[in-house]
Amino acid sequence: MRGLSLELEQGRFYVLRGENGAGKSTLLRMIAGLNEPTEGHIFIYGIKNKEALEHIGYMAHAPLLYEEFSAMENLRFFAQLYGISSDQPLIQALERVGLDPKLERRVGQYSQGMRQRLSLARAIFHSPRLLLLDEPFSNVDPDSAAAIAKLLAGMRDEGKTIVLVTHQIGLLSSVADEYILLSHGQLVERGAMQRVTA
Amino acid sequence: MNHSIARLTWVNVRKDLRLEWRSRDVLNSMLFFALLVVVIFSFAFDPSVEESRRMAGGLFWTAFLFSTVMALNQSWARELRNGVLDAYRVSPSPSEALFLGKVIGNFLLVLLLECLMAPLFVIFYNLSSVGPVWQLGVVFLLGTWALVVNGTFFAAMSIRTRNRELMLPLLLLPISIPAVASMVLATTNVLTGESSPVLQMKFLAVYCVVFTTACFLLFDTVLNAE
Repeated sequence: MRGLSLELEQGRFYVLRGENGAGKSTLLRMIAGLNEPTEGHIFIYGIKNKEALEHIGYMAHAPLLYEEFSAMENLRFFAQLYGISSDQPLIQALERVGLDPKLERRVGQYSQGMRQRLSLARAIFHSPRLLLLDEPFSNVDPDSAAAIAKLLAGMRDEGKTIVLVTHQIGLLSSVADEYILLSHGQLVERGAMQRVTA
Repeated sequence: MNHSIARLTWVNVRKDLRLEWRSRDVLNSMLFFALLVVVIFSFAFDPSVEESRRMAGGLFWTAFLFSTVMALNQSWARELRNGVLDAYRVSPSPSEALFLGKVIGNFLLVLLLECLMAPLFVIFYNLSSVGPVWQLGVVFLLGTWALVVNGTFFAAMSIRTRNRELMLPLLLLPISIPAVASMVLATTNVLTGESSPVLQMKFLAVYCVVFTTACFLLFDTVLNAE
């Protein structure tokens, strides 16, 4: 990233766009605290990003899941890292992404689409205020992708901020608020979503 | 120790042991390797009881040292698969809990290996201890902790390198030489009963405290290094 200055509003749905290698995933990783900027700082709700990790939900290219565990076992482990001991938010998250909480199959036996949905459940079970999603629609069938887009719109309406990277921009034409266009690590354009889809 | 770190350490230990129970990747490879060492050396040498007592310390620790290296590589590889380590890093859980959880999980697995292999060593090398056996227990506990704590730390350091399987022994073995020398000497002293192993045991205890503290304090830097 080079000379990037960006302010995001709470309760808005942003789509990061740009060609391959533009820096979209790197920007998400920086906001999530996984990559350090060489200069400058990132603040989330006025707190340095590394101190605001409980407010962040992050979904990466990779599913970030243990293949030897079932969906609930994965979520239970990660929930404990957030100090959550109840199964209720985990069941809700699984149901929201259309997975059966009683499914006992191990993640290693899941289809790519199911992994993707479980990965989204892992990112949202703790009700983060900021959701960072890297290609959440890849390997997901069109109906499920539309359902995920609707779910994200609902979360935005609950006041959560969503920053999403996707090449399937059409899915978000009616739900996202703004796009941010990156090129070679720089912000080149930012505007209302209607301008992209018009 | 912070209550949250203790609780999250236990969460990580349980997770690691459950993953190992499901896959048995680590235990199988360690067992196979240690078994090979015992069998090959038993064919290569035909020692008397007295000679066995003198060489068993070296054999034990050679087998366990290299088995531990295999285990440590595997235990971190599991965290890299599907990028799970990133999910841990974006959580508010302290990195020290991950480190201690891994160390304790690996320590328990290596101890289990030692318990399984000890009877085989006794049978293959016709071993009996002249010194008190409880001292062997102390040496094994301290020696295993010394290997595992450094190994877990250096394995974490090498996970992002291209040749991590090669990198770990290159980093771990030189720094483990003083500990391994003490383990071997202490084990030989107990088995032969010729001199007291207390000095080596004290050295191992100090080694464990120093390296556990250093690794604990530096782990966050290693985990977040890009």
